[in-house]
Amino acid sequence: MSTAYQIIVCGSVVPDPLQTLEPITGPALKNEMMLPAVLDPWAAHALFEAANLAKTAPGSKVWLVSLGPKAKLQQVMMTVAQKAPFELVALDGSASGFTEAADVAAALADAIKTIPGLDMARLLVFGGWESASRGAGVTMQIVGELLGIVNQFQGVDQLTIGADGSLEILERIEGGKHQISKCVGPPAVLGWATGNLPEPPNNPQIGMTNMRAIMPALQKAKPAKIGAGGIKFTSVSLPKQQRQTKIVKDASDDEIAKELVEWNTNG
Amino acid sequence: METILVLVHTEADGSLAKSAREALRAARTLNKAIAGSSLVVGLVGENVQSAANSISASPVMKYFGMTGADFGQSRYSTDAAAAEAICKAANATIVVAPATSRWARVLPGVAQRLGGRADTHVTGVSDADGKPSINRWYYRQRMEAVLTRTQRPWFMLIDPGSQTACDCGAGTATVEMVAVNLSDACKRTTVVGIREPKADQQTIRPDAKLLFVAGAGWTKKQSDGKTHTDDAAKIILEFLNKSKASLGGSKSVVDLSGEGQAVLPFMTHLNQIGQTGATPRHPKGLSTCCHGEEPHAVGWRFVSERRAVNLDPNCGWARGKADVLYVADAFEVMRKVNALLAGKK
Ligand SMILES: Cc1cc2nc3c(=O)[nH]c(=O)nc-3n(C[C@H](O)[C@H](O)[C@H](O)COP(=O)(O)OP(=O)(O)OC[C@H]3O[C@@H](n4cnc5c(N)ncnc54)[C@H](O)[C@@H]3O)c2cc1C
Repeated sequence: MSTAYQIIVCGSVVPDPLQTLEPITGPALKNEMMLPAVLDPWAAHALFEAANLAKTAPGSKVWLVSLGPKAKLQQVMMTVAQKAPFELVALDGSASGFTEAADVAAALADAIKTIPGLDMARLLVFGGWESASRGAGVTMQIVGELLGIVNQFQGVDQLTIGADGSLEILERIEGGKHQISKCVGPPAVLGWATGNLPEPPNNPQIGMTNMRAIMPALQKAKPAKIGAGGIKFTSVSLPKQQRQTKIVKDASDDEIAKELVEWNTNG
Repeated sequence: METILVLVHTEADGSLAKSAREALRAARTLNKAIAGSSLVVGLVGENVQSAANSISASPVMKYFGMTGADFGQSRYSTDAAAAEAICKAANATIVVAPATSRWARVLPGVAQRLGGRADTHVTGVSDADGKPSINRWYYRQRMEAVLTRTQRPWFMLIDPGSQTACDCGAGTATVEMVAVNLSDACKRTTVVGIREPKADQQTIRPDAKLLFVAGAGWTKKQSDGKTHTDDAAKIILEFLNKSKASLGGSKSVVDLSGEGQAVLPFMTHLNQIGQTGATPRHPKGLSTCCHGEEPHAVGWRFVSERRAVNLDPNCGWARGKADVLYVADAFEVMRKVNALLAGKK
């Protein structure tokens, strides 16, 4: 018997990792609104895994619940929409890494609760195990708590559905290993690491279908009040250690090898 | 008045990991700095007595324990119940815990249950005018913040390897047991095992002195116009075996392996260093055939001494990211390194 899952992926936007970032008072990022953005990479993996699962479990549906500045969301959705079929639930608010994860989680959980026909027996809540902004790995657990889900997994690289509908989950643990857990079935929260799927190629047809619903979803995006109440940042600074790189151009392979072995052996 | 709870879990053999002792040290730093604060310890595991004994020479005022078969496994539902009950029993206002995979999974949820807040990847604790404050990095190790919070309980998950471990000795601890009723929902998940590479194929060695990073260059066409991936695999494995270094990879090389190409068969996503990979801690790092782009180099934040071998004198490492860049062919250099290491044995 196959379950038709309701798969809800939580994922926001972050500055393109190829950009140079600089903190300013606030704290915030210099030129934050000008920086090109991408879907948060680990959340993107969660989305690809969700779409893949939905394909193999007929009747399943994927939602992407995304909180960010509306204009940024719109920009990022132009590409993301071409990757996999989903319905967008948009929330208009700050995507800064310096905001409070608990505020973000509360807004996400509220948005999830408003999805019509939400059924805990079919619900899988996905997200990235850490964002590329706050990088905390806190939001998904709080979303789970607010939805009353106590079967939660983080650093997930694999989800396999058993013949009995059980979920076999591989989570990253210390020392390059995975813990294997079995959960009887939904509801569950899964914070994904890289998973096993490559990024799907752009599919303009999926993009067109998605965009028809994405534009209205963006228009009716509710404002979400996201702050950092209770946190006081004493300082935010770039690392000081810019190294004086010594460039060795004309040494022989023998000399380099000897130097490397000595360097590794000493100290 | 702050009650600082050090929350630890036991390992499979009932002992405490080094990261637990590091958390204890961080908590003790806060305890000393905050006037009138008290230091207590909470332990979760199948059996916690020997773990409590192992640190009982520390100036801890009280020990709380949650024990039983249900708490021997690393599972959100039962760990959340245990941590919540211990925090309540201890009246904790600050909870210091090692950021192990087990605690990182569950403690943010526990903070929510208790109306508190959690900060993870904490790399330092200090006091600012008698108020606790922490250091943590934002935007994948691109910038470091020092912050303090008014909310309590405040959970601080300390990054393993970031602190000196407390060297307090053993004795006999009196552990006050805390009980909790587990609902059926708590038992819907069962831990069935651990998947790990065979001992001789385990390339991730968190305690290694050296991180050896292989980039996509190892799989690219070389000066003769051909790829030499078999040679690359042999050279890298030989070096890892001889040096006992830990293996990291760039995203490009790891993605190649993931796409089923016969490239470097031992390289998986778990080896990836960087933006969407790991940020391991090693005293030294050697990058080979890797360009050193920013999304990769952010994963080197906690590698102290850095050297790179690359054919390109203008690669990313040349721009202040490595201490030394050798402009050379890594195939040749690493062959010679292996030969030298073989000679040493
Ligand atoms: C969202 C996002 C997330 C990302 N996350 C990560 C991440 O987590 N980790 C990561 O690594 N990257 C990440 N990247 C990708 C990153 O930007 C680079 O594309 C990647 O690091 C390049 O890998 P590379 O240096 O191995 O390969 P290349 O850029 O192909 O470089 C190969 C290098 O090998 C050298 N070379 C070739 N042959 C030899 C030889 N015989 N001897 C010596 N040198 C040789 C070449 O000179 C070249 O410098 C991310 C990118 C994005 C957009």
